[in-house]
Amino acid sequence: MKRLALLLGLVILATVPFWIGNSYYTNIAAQILLYATFALGLNVLVGYAGLVSLGHAGLFGIAAYAGALLINAGAGHFIAILGALGVTLVAAAAFAVLSLRGTGLGFVMITVALGQIVWGVAYRWISITNGDNGLSIATRPAPFGLSLNLAPGFYWASLVVFLVTLGAMAVFAASPFGASLRGTRDQPRRMNALGYNVWLIRFLAFLFSGLWSGVAGMLFLYYNQFVSPQVVALTSSAEVLLMVISGGTGTLLGPIAGAALVVIMKNVASAYIERWNFVLGAIFVAIVIFMPEGLVPGSVRFWRWASGKLRRREPRAAAAIPPVSQPKERV
Amino acid sequence: MTALEVQGLDKSFGGLRVTSRVNFSVEPGERRLIIGPNGAGKTTLFNLITGELRPDRGAIRLFERDITRIASRRRAHLGLARTYQIITLFPRETLLRNVVLSLLGLSQLRWNPLRRLDRQTVLIDGARAALDRVGLGHLADRPLAQTAYGERRRVEIAMALAQNPKVLLLDEPFAGLSIDERRDVQELLAAIPREVTIVMIEHDMDVALDFAERITVLHFGEVVVEGTRAEVVAHPRTREIYLGE
Amino acid sequence: MNISLLLAGNSIAFGGLLFLLSAGFSLIFGLMRIPNLTHGSLFMLGAYFGVSLIGLGLSFWPAAILAALGVAVFGGLVERLLLRRLPGNELAQVLVTLGLSFMIADAALMWWGGDPISIETPPALRGATFVAGLGFPTYRIAIIVVAVVIAAALWALLDRTRLGAMIRAGVDDPEMARIVGIRVSRLFTIVFCLGAGLAGFAGVIGGPILSVYPGLDQDMLPLALVVVILGGSGSLIGSFVGSFVVGFLYNFGQAMLPELAYVVLFLPMLVVLVVRPEGLFGRAAP
Repeated sequence: MKRLALLLGLVILATVPFWIGNSYYTNIAAQILLYATFALGLNVLVGYAGLVSLGHAGLFGIAAYAGALLINAGAGHFIAILGALGVTLVAAAAFAVLSLRGTGLGFVMITVALGQIVWGVAYRWISITNGDNGLSIATRPAPFGLSLNLAPGFYWASLVVFLVTLGAMAVFAASPFGASLRGTRDQPRRMNALGYNVWLIRFLAFLFSGLWSGVAGMLFLYYNQFVSPQVVALTSSAEVLLMVISGGTGTLLGPIAGAALVVIMKNVASAYIERWNFVLGAIFVAIVIFMPEGLVPGSVRFWRWASGKLRRREPRAAAAIPPVSQPKERV
Repeated sequence: MTALEVQGLDKSFGGLRVTSRVNFSVEPGERRLIIGPNGAGKTTLFNLITGELRPDRGAIRLFERDITRIASRRRAHLGLARTYQIITLFPRETLLRNVVLSLLGLSQLRWNPLRRLDRQTVLIDGARAALDRVGLGHLADRPLAQTAYGERRRVEIAMALAQNPKVLLLDEPFAGLSIDERRDVQELLAAIPREVTIVMIEHDMDVALDFAERITVLHFGEVVVEGTRAEVVAHPRTREIYLGE
Repeated sequence: MNISLLLAGNSIAFGGLLFLLSAGFSLIFGLMRIPNLTHGSLFMLGAYFGVSLIGLGLSFWPAAILAALGVAVFGGLVERLLLRRLPGNELAQVLVTLGLSFMIADAALMWWGGDPISIETPPALRGATFVAGLGFPTYRIAIIVVAVVIAAALWALLDRTRLGAMIRAGVDDPEMARIVGIRVSRLFTIVFCLGAGLAGFAGVIGGPILSVYPGLDQDMLPLALVVVILGGSGSLIGSFVGSFVVGFLYNFGQAMLPELAYVVLFLPMLVVLVVRPEGLFGRAAP
């Protein structure tokens, strides 16, 4: 049954340019895939490691800027992509070493500081980054000679990248390392006592997360053919975090749903509602307060509650055993 | 060769001395009980032995090997396992997966990002066996959140037993259990073979005294009485601490 | 030489302004253990309130005080209606303040438009005053004076009043404070109002220098963050000294190393965070 659903989903995704209407919507679909890639990357940290980063736009942006600089210096697209991802991995390693000095809120604030430093460099080091004016690139890549200049072509390229990311995430989540990572999220102290190297696990997870954020960053660069400091601002990090938590952390579908929600709201809704940031902030606040587990699980919970109200005469199920109490853990 | 030896262990937090010149040694296969009033420093002692806390002074030896400077995560690989006073399990997982995590910690497989964990039959079979040993084999696939407190206490022990430890530290394994549940855990512990040396912290005197061969009494971080069960029970200091307070 | 002195003078004035902004941030952070990411928006909101009040005919200082009160009330509502729903969950509270900052920024954009608005220097404080043969803008000296006065008032509040003692107790050990009978949750509201009011006041005071524009909140928040992290949360002296340090770093950084201006600012903050990871953001070990 699941296989069938997956296959159907794949067919629907692959044929989007044909049924979605016009190239405007195809582009939005490509954007959703791009940001879904980014959100899946961040979810490795937020959902699986339990480490909230508010600086991930920094890694996303470093990839885009590195790519732009390499391309404008004359490098071919293949080299540019490899180079950008390499730089991003180094940056992710630096981010990781510094931010893993803290846990919980300390971790968050260090990522904020790091993101701000990246932003500060992007904004002020005008001789390299061109400051507020940003960097443009002239061309998109043409893998195997196929042009990505039109919306459908670019969409399919994004779809391929997205599917690769999704596949990588699925394998990761089902792997022993993935289970170890989730273990460090729930009981870091016990994991340590069981023989796991909690710091190293988190460090490697950060690298993995950074890699896919960088991949998304390159997609972004090719989509817009432009990058500016706005890409690495705190609001951008907040947006991708919103995608992850609104969809539901720690699942594969959640970040994708969250990315779709945010991108659609941003593009389509902003045609009707003038002030997108206000809505973004309001959704953020509402989700954190009312549905902290995210929209996907939260909607399931809401649905159960609503349908429970409709079926009044049902005998009450045996009371659930109280959940495991979790003392605050720090490692 | 002693199984576990602690020598001159000191630990202070700020001005507060929580562990004070503690010496004790446990023979292989022994069943040692550590008792003492609240705040005596029993769990702190465990935390020092497992390496979660660094002692200010002193040495810890595991089968004659000095582990004082060894990182706590490595001590698991040297045969040290513990359970926790507050249940410290993985709430979002099934019982089986909880114990699998315990086995995985000692396996190189834990670094593998490519294989499917569900297909690692060695780990899974081992986990089922561990759950069987504590009488929870039939609940292996039940999510932890849907189990009773007594069952979770047994999972705690299963986690530690799954590591095939040489020295097992049990921190109040009977806490919060009903009479029946206590009996179950008692039987479980009695069935642990002598290859495993057990040190237990406990408050509940009835069950604990049954179990213990030698007892160490802690008070304000210091060892005040130590000896066989009979000796300690009869010792005036023991009565003073427990009745005279 | 003159330029350096002028720059120094501006740094001190800017430091005074930063103190007004960060004192509240520091108190909130020290007591409630959350970096209030709405703080920059509260600064900007106060400035915009001031603009409207002055537009209605009020003169500068009454407008500043009224704006401060308005922002204080707003802050109180935020604390009681939103933050209170997430007791003890600092991470969620931080995310809420982040979401709020977006909302306030956009609402301000809607209401007051996208063009920068300047607030006129109050007439009595225009022109320059000569100190040791050099002319400094009188208004900037006034800011320094105001900052010192408020610092003294805050110090008196914290050190001499019962409320202050309760706040200090709450900062040191919230659990113990509760046990002793201090209504910590009411303290939270009071401190949040106080912090918000100070930020709003600072916004109006800063108006003649910085003017008011969309993005002012994003410009000021990181500065408050750096001050508090360098100076220590909940420490009034720390915020005071830290504000002037940051004032200097910011102004001299912009003048001498324009390309690395923000790095000069955030690098010390990063260093402190990394070297003392739990000192600011974690609770003390049990």
